[in-house]
Amino acid sequence: MLRTASLIVASLTLCAAFTSNAQAKVTVSISCSSLGIEMELCRDGAQAWAKQTGNEVKLVSTPADAQERLALYQSLLASKSDKVDVFQIDVVWPGILARQFLDLNQFIEPGKQDGYFQTLIANNTVDGKLVAVPWFVDAGMLYYRKDLLDKYGLKAPETWADLETAAKKVMEGEKGIEGYVWQGRAYEGLVCNALEWIVSNGGGGLLDNAGKATFNNPQATAAIDRAKTWIGTISPQGVLGYDEEQARGAFQSGKAVFMRNWPYAWALVNAPDSPIKDKVGVVPLPKGDGDKAVHTGTLGGQSLAVSKYSAHPKEAVDLILYLAGSEEEKRRAVKGAFNPSLKSVYNEPELKNDAFFSTFSKILESIATRPATVAGKGYNQFSSQFVRAVHATLQGQSTAEDNFSSIRTSWK
Amino acid sequence: MKMVGRIGFYLLVALIVFYAVFPFYWAVVSSLKTGSALFTADLIPASPTLENYIALFREQPFAHNILNSAIVAIVTTVISLGLAATASYALGRMAFRGRTAVSFLILSVSMFPQIAVLTGMFELIQVTGLYDSLSGLILADLILTLPFSTWVLTAFMGELPRELEEAAIIDGAPPLRILTDVFLPVMAPALVATGLLAFILAWNEFLFALTFTLSEEQRTVPVAIALISGAGGYEIPWGRIMAASVIVTAPLILLVLALQRRIVSGLTAGAVKG
Amino acid sequence: MMRTLAGRRALTAWSFLTPMLVVLALVAGWPLIRTIILGFTDAGLGDFAESQFIGLANYRGLASDPVWWRAVANTIGFAVISVTIETILGLIIALTLNTHLKGRGLVRAAVLIPWAIPTVVSARMWGWMLNDLYGVVNAVLLGLGVIDKPWAWLADPVLSIASVIAVDVWKGTPFMALLTLAALQVLPREIYEAARVDGVSPVKVFFQVTLPLIRPALLVAIVFRSLDALRVFDVIYVLTGDNPSTASMSVYARQQLIDFQQGGMGSAAATFLFVIVAVFATIVVTAGRLKVGGVAR
Repeated sequence: MLRTASLIVASLTLCAAFTSNAQAKVTVSISCSSLGIEMELCRDGAQAWAKQTGNEVKLVSTPADAQERLALYQSLLASKSDKVDVFQIDVVWPGILARQFLDLNQFIEPGKQDGYFQTLIANNTVDGKLVAVPWFVDAGMLYYRKDLLDKYGLKAPETWADLETAAKKVMEGEKGIEGYVWQGRAYEGLVCNALEWIVSNGGGGLLDNAGKATFNNPQATAAIDRAKTWIGTISPQGVLGYDEEQARGAFQSGKAVFMRNWPYAWALVNAPDSPIKDKVGVVPLPKGDGDKAVHTGTLGGQSLAVSKYSAHPKEAVDLILYLAGSEEEKRRAVKGAFNPSLKSVYNEPELKNDAFFSTFSKILESIATRPATVAGKGYNQFSSQFVRAVHATLQGQSTAEDNFSSIRTSWK
Repeated sequence: MKMVGRIGFYLLVALIVFYAVFPFYWAVVSSLKTGSALFTADLIPASPTLENYIALFREQPFAHNILNSAIVAIVTTVISLGLAATASYALGRMAFRGRTAVSFLILSVSMFPQIAVLTGMFELIQVTGLYDSLSGLILADLILTLPFSTWVLTAFMGELPRELEEAAIIDGAPPLRILTDVFLPVMAPALVATGLLAFILAWNEFLFALTFTLSEEQRTVPVAIALISGAGGYEIPWGRIMAASVIVTAPLILLVLALQRRIVSGLTAGAVKG
Repeated sequence: MMRTLAGRRALTAWSFLTPMLVVLALVAGWPLIRTIILGFTDAGLGDFAESQFIGLANYRGLASDPVWWRAVANTIGFAVISVTIETILGLIIALTLNTHLKGRGLVRAAVLIPWAIPTVVSARMWGWMLNDLYGVVNAVLLGLGVIDKPWAWLADPVLSIASVIAVDVWKGTPFMALLTLAALQVLPREIYEAARVDGVSPVKVFFQVTLPLIRPALLVAIVFRSLDALRVFDVIYVLTGDNPSTASMSVYARQQLIDFQQGGMGSAAATFLFVIVAVFATIVVTAGRLKVGGVAR
């Protein structure tokens, strides 16, 4: 009897020891945006996970500016710091930071990946290693003034030629308004715009899977040359210095008919104090000419990765999978208009019946990705050379063909 | 004729003030606007609101950030002035071999772009265990303030007449006493000017503060401003940022106002004969 | 060494100098040496240990890169024009503030504002103000009838360089003004009294008396302002981005270091920048006949 009792006590103690070990509180640090609603959503989601699993989360703020954030990440990772476990990374960073992150293929069951858009998974996979889980997505879209197009009996443009005609017509009729504003400054935003022009004209995706340049073809150069004709006619000269916020500023203060921008602008142009509230429509960007022309948008957005120096990799991955899970993604979509990376979430009633989300999911089907993963660590260099060539063309310094030929052709 | 000169003079003053202050005025005006009003060029806000200021302190520990900035700036300035004053006494008033070489060595520290020394400094900060601390920042900012403080004070020190120290030397005062009792009081304008510039430099320093601190408790104001973000990743909440800039610049202006009364103009009469 | 007067003086000098030198060596020594050494390797960002010594390869790469030389030309042109304007404006402002002006303190504080606003903010603020469609600069100019249609301050190749210089001048003039003012204020008033009694014109007094006396302080201010101008980054990058026609050497170096993760190349560019700055500084110091470490007359 005593022996049974002691056996029971022993096994109970052992059980207690095991369970208490399994429930040891772990603090996971996550860097996911700094402030505002983006931070709130991240914090609420992370804390929900913490409550559910009995762990703790710590939010680490990093700058909103992509350049500065990348530099900070690199400092942290280069010093093998374990101060941040989960990193929110831009869609063009997997290639650059791949060596510093864990291969998530080893932590996620194979089936679970299929729920995400394949383009996103492919974008985040470097040499067979899944560097990050896609979290939310962005794509370039065309915003337009519904009221002005209606006034002149125009429909939302299907092709770039349509856009040019529509813009000119409205500009003739209205005073002090420009036609089309977009991001023309010499920075990453221009790469996004240029990619859209090229892909929408059937000019290919800049680099092929082997890292060889494919952009010096007639369709691509024609696309850039067309954009050049906009400057001074339907786009103000100043567009060559615009970034996202400046284009939005021009559009939102009623000084432009069309704007190319990311989804974030939607909530802002429809804000209560916006002069153009309820007057804006949004469609996929126009397509070009030729049989390979498509409606497209450049892929933007963020993914979540785990540092290989993290002290708690298992919990960190668990946090990522929760945040990028369907429940959480739907909550973020509804509350903050963060476009989900999971296909299934778009079928939820709240999103399916919303005009903005359904337009967006259409764009996702033919989305254009920048060749960041193919170029790997060399992506920033490619982007820099490409942007300079495009910007020089737009400024009238030589033709697109000539400027493209100055870019290196092999990027692996 | 004199009247014209007078008017012209005051016009010049007005122009100078306008040129310097207008963007700040614009910052103040913008900080009182929200939302779409920021995209208008109204010189006086149509419906001013303090929303940005309130939100600024509500959304982050801004007061704490200001305190951090103040600590870093004050300590850096004090250390810089102290070290620079002693060094400038040697460089500016004593003849010794290697003086020119040392001066150039000091100057050369300021010739590297900040970004280049960043990684090296980062390693240094980590090795000394000063990562994510204000002390680490103070140490790092010294690389920015020491060279010019030394050079400026040396230039002023070197121009002061010999007669000043001769009396003290004859009295047998030790060099340190000569420095503190004779030269520093006379160099007050230079000390104040250098101190102000060093203070502002440390106060506004961004790159080191961003890289060498991580937690909110250690954050300084420029980094806090850079972290202010809007609803989406791309939105730049101008109103908040302008409010932050106004709050951040105001103490500096007050500091200047407070200090400039202490600037003694020129050598006090009677200190030098003939 | 203690036996001679000169020796004893040297000992005193070094004892006064050492505290500052020790701190500077501690803080700057490792980072600067590391940068120079890295310039001779093919290091990426952060993998110092795995890098290889490649001699002058990075420097050869720089020397043959037209983008680098364009950056050098941009930077030097920018620095020369900016600093010249800032010096002259600073001098004018300092002279104005050195008078018995009512509200002198307020004006002095006002003048310092551009220097006091953090660069991360003021550069973006100017970008906002210079926007061609909704910026206040165009609004005011159009309203006053100075221009008839909006100018693209940050997009037009010529205007963008002018804008960048204008913003830097706005920011840097207080530095020059403050140091020049301090120099003016330590001048003994007796000199002006004497000149006035002799009936010498104020202009002559300025050029023949004042200017030579403030020359050392003025030159130091010019040297340091030039160092800053040659290392300029924020103003150029925030306003014009990655545009070769306005990019500075710092923009190039930073791009190599951070964007391209080329630690070796970036450090080489930084060291090259350092050499150019050193040459520039030497020219200014020699031409201005600045006594480096002056001993009082």
